[in-house]
Amino acid sequence: MSERRLVHPGAWWVWAIGLAAGALRTTNPFLLCLIVAVAGWVVVSRRSDAPWARSFASCLRLGLIVIIIRMVFQVFFGARIPGTIVFSLPEVTLPSWAAGVSIGGTVTTESLVAAFYQGLRLATVVACFGAATSLCSPYRMLRALPSALYEAGVAMTVAFSFAPQAIVSARQVRDARRLRGRSDRGIRAWSGAAMPVLEGALERSVALAASMDSRGYGRRGDVSVPLRRLGSVLTLLGLVLVMIGSYGLLDPGAPVLFRLPAMVLAVLAFVAALLVGGRLNHRTRYRPDPWAFPEWVITLSGVAAVIGSVISARNGDLLDPSVYPLEFPAIPLAALAGVLLASLPAWVAPLPPTALSTSQPLAVAA
Amino acid sequence: MIRFEHVTVTYPDAPAPILVDVNFEVPEGELCLVVGVTGSGKSTLLRAVNGLVPRFTGGVMQGSVIVDGRRTSEVSPRELADVVGLVGQDPAASFVTDYVEDELAYAMENLGIAPDIMRRRVEDILDLLGLHELRNRPLASLSGGQQQRVAIGSVLTAGPRVLVLDEPTSALDPAAAEEVLAALTRLVHDLGTTVLIAEHRLERVVQYADRVMLIPGGGQPVVIGLPAEVLRTSVVAPPVVELGRLAGWSPLPLSVREARRSASELRERLSSVVPPVRVPRNIGEIVVVTENLQASYGPITALRGVNLEIRSGEIVAVMGRNGAGKSTLLNHLVGLRAPIGGSVRVMGREPHRLSARDIVRAAGLVPQDCGVLLYHDTVAAECRAADRDTDLAPGSTRAVLDRIVPEIEARTHPRDLSEGQRLGLALAIILASEPPVVLLDEPTRGLDYLAKQRLIHVLTTFANAGTAVVIATHDVEVVAAVADRVVVMAEGEIVADGPAREVVSHSPVFAPQVAKVMAPEPWLTVSEVKAALGALESPGAIA
Repeated sequence: MSERRLVHPGAWWVWAIGLAAGALRTTNPFLLCLIVAVAGWVVVSRRSDAPWARSFASCLRLGLIVIIIRMVFQVFFGARIPGTIVFSLPEVTLPSWAAGVSIGGTVTTESLVAAFYQGLRLATVVACFGAATSLCSPYRMLRALPSALYEAGVAMTVAFSFAPQAIVSARQVRDARRLRGRSDRGIRAWSGAAMPVLEGALERSVALAASMDSRGYGRRGDVSVPLRRLGSVLTLLGLVLVMIGSYGLLDPGAPVLFRLPAMVLAVLAFVAALLVGGRLNHRTRYRPDPWAFPEWVITLSGVAAVIGSVISARNGDLLDPSVYPLEFPAIPLAALAGVLLASLPAWVAPLPPTALSTSQPLAVAA
Repeated sequence: MIRFEHVTVTYPDAPAPILVDVNFEVPEGELCLVVGVTGSGKSTLLRAVNGLVPRFTGGVMQGSVIVDGRRTSEVSPRELADVVGLVGQDPAASFVTDYVEDELAYAMENLGIAPDIMRRRVEDILDLLGLHELRNRPLASLSGGQQQRVAIGSVLTAGPRVLVLDEPTSALDPAAAEEVLAALTRLVHDLGTTVLIAEHRLERVVQYADRVMLIPGGGQPVVIGLPAEVLRTSVVAPPVVELGRLAGWSPLPLSVREARRSASELRERLSSVVPPVRVPRNIGEIVVVTENLQASYGPITALRGVNLEIRSGEIVAVMGRNGAGKSTLLNHLVGLRAPIGGSVRVMGREPHRLSARDIVRAAGLVPQDCGVLLYHDTVAAECRAADRDTDLAPGSTRAVLDRIVPEIEARTHPRDLSEGQRLGLALAIILASEPPVVLLDEPTRGLDYLAKQRLIHVLTTFANAGTAVVIATHDVEVVAAVADRVVVMAEGEIVADGPAREVVSHSPVFAPQVAKVMAPEPWLTVSEVKAALGALESPGAIA
């Protein structure tokens, strides 16, 4: 076993995004469950003992809620799919301007299965991001971003940090309620606690911003205003193009122009932004994380999950099992192999250092 | 280095400005101590140095603040980051990163300092503040005192020429506070750093200060001068200064060492007097018992086999270094956490099995940050809610509040109360349901001497009425003034348990200033000495 060290956050995020992209391309329940299992297995075998490393479990719970909400919506408002009727609800006749929306009506096995598949897909994506945040904190990812992307990354960090901060203040408020003698269960307890929790989390976020500012975050030094604006515009352009490009890659029905060309343009915009940004930003990096053999394996294993799904689609395998008529989903082999490959990090990634070890191995890169 | 010219700050919706026409100058390399009662505007003044006031707080600032030749009205806080390092009151709120080492490097990364220099400075600061064992720890897993040291270190690494610290030692145990202050004095001496520091526990800091700035509050002019001069008349003064004033020593002593040199005559005069034994209260039946109580946070053991008995009418102080398990113990006594081993009984019942409604009648806890107990928008609403929650007659909480801190306007927002008033309100909410056991976690943080006096009075009154009071605190002066019994904890175990006078006066760390000055005579507080002197002068007055 190699030395204990933290893995480059970029590797974990590419891996997680690869798994999530693989999940977004399918509604096959076996494939989706396998993706969750692989993510969970890697998290369990390679997470550190830091507080955020426990976020995977809460993401799973969140995923469960997503599935339930999706199915409840299907029962009451979902599109009607013909088939075996499970039960019928009284149907509300809507005026003609609300055509396409239905309330109530017959609920079929087919419609429930379809809703379950879609809910499961969303839950799997949530679990993939839970895995990424368990394996490395969002802040470490931000640190590894190229400096031109730093500002966009900070907005993300503050957004990411809001959730854990809300959890901290929720705990405080729950304790405080107990100390004041209020019941700590039931809907009334939670509705009464919402305001102080939000207030507390918001106050912490403002304090964080003040602290970042007073410690020199976002210093510009003496850079001309036009150059600064050019950098921001290029970064923004790159982000928008990436968005369009990934939509093209994830939705097989998207226009051809949205696929490869958008991605190429995005890369060009980012390179330009990096060149300008490099001149703008005087940030330096303390002990950058090395990118070595394990990082390559982790990254490629995540990419493998997407490639497997693409090959399966080429082979004509059904990534979205039919719900009408309802069929037992077949397992697309290439996609399955891709997902299984993504479990490699559970063996290849170095273990994280324990909190009690006093030294961290030096960065390899000079 | 720092110059305030006619600075007036008014917060939005405030009836009056918090700072009025403040003028002063702090030259380079000076350690200036800012003192004043709570709510006098110390934090505002400190945060104005790098422009966080009014940029992040709102409000209007007139006049100008000039730091290192730059006006804060023209330069944003981030551009001043290489000149001014600011450490706020709540270290946890200032953390940006996740790990100790990353946090130390954060400001340097923003300033664009070369990687090899960063590396060396981080190592220097790790050694200077004794943090090397924590370097790989996630920040969220540190104790309060450790977090405070990391917060100070993370500012020091950037090598600022001005260091601004808002109550840097208030969360620290006496030994850790000494360490931090020693590190600060070294910076002042070796690197010529200008330091502006606000602290309520003057006894810890005043001996290191070159000058003292007194903010009287209420719009009166700021007084700045040599420590001995300013403290001669100041309303806030550490015990050693009060002792000096009482005995008429000149020059006024600022440290225990200076006082001891003048004290031989006083010690002799009092050698014939027996120090008062604390008035024996009617200490009653046992209300709290723990047997072999154990607790842990993940892999870290917090309590390992605590055996403790507390009787009604007792005031027990729990002391010990940061992370020794004091807060964990208190949390178990009100059932916020369930023990993983051993047992805990409060009024004969297991607190973690009691419902919220029952626990408030058995034991009440005022947590470290008492503001978390308050979440209504007026004082009146807080009191009404407390009555409703605990099925008390309307007006009961307000009646208790009036006994503790009279004259709080009912319409005030709890956030606008001073630190002492807020503690009073939290205490009133807890005391209203008349629990036989009251626990306070670090109640004196952020309190000035007057507010502490009031707290001591309140606690003594309730203990006399039969309430058992437990305070977890680092404040040796408060312990000396109020506690009957002291329990010292270390590494999750009880290492000493006995009468306050014995435990405290024999410990070099926990002894109050008066005990150190008067040793080997076991006097603990200025008021004891004062009473004894009064009795000596008029022998007939002895009861």
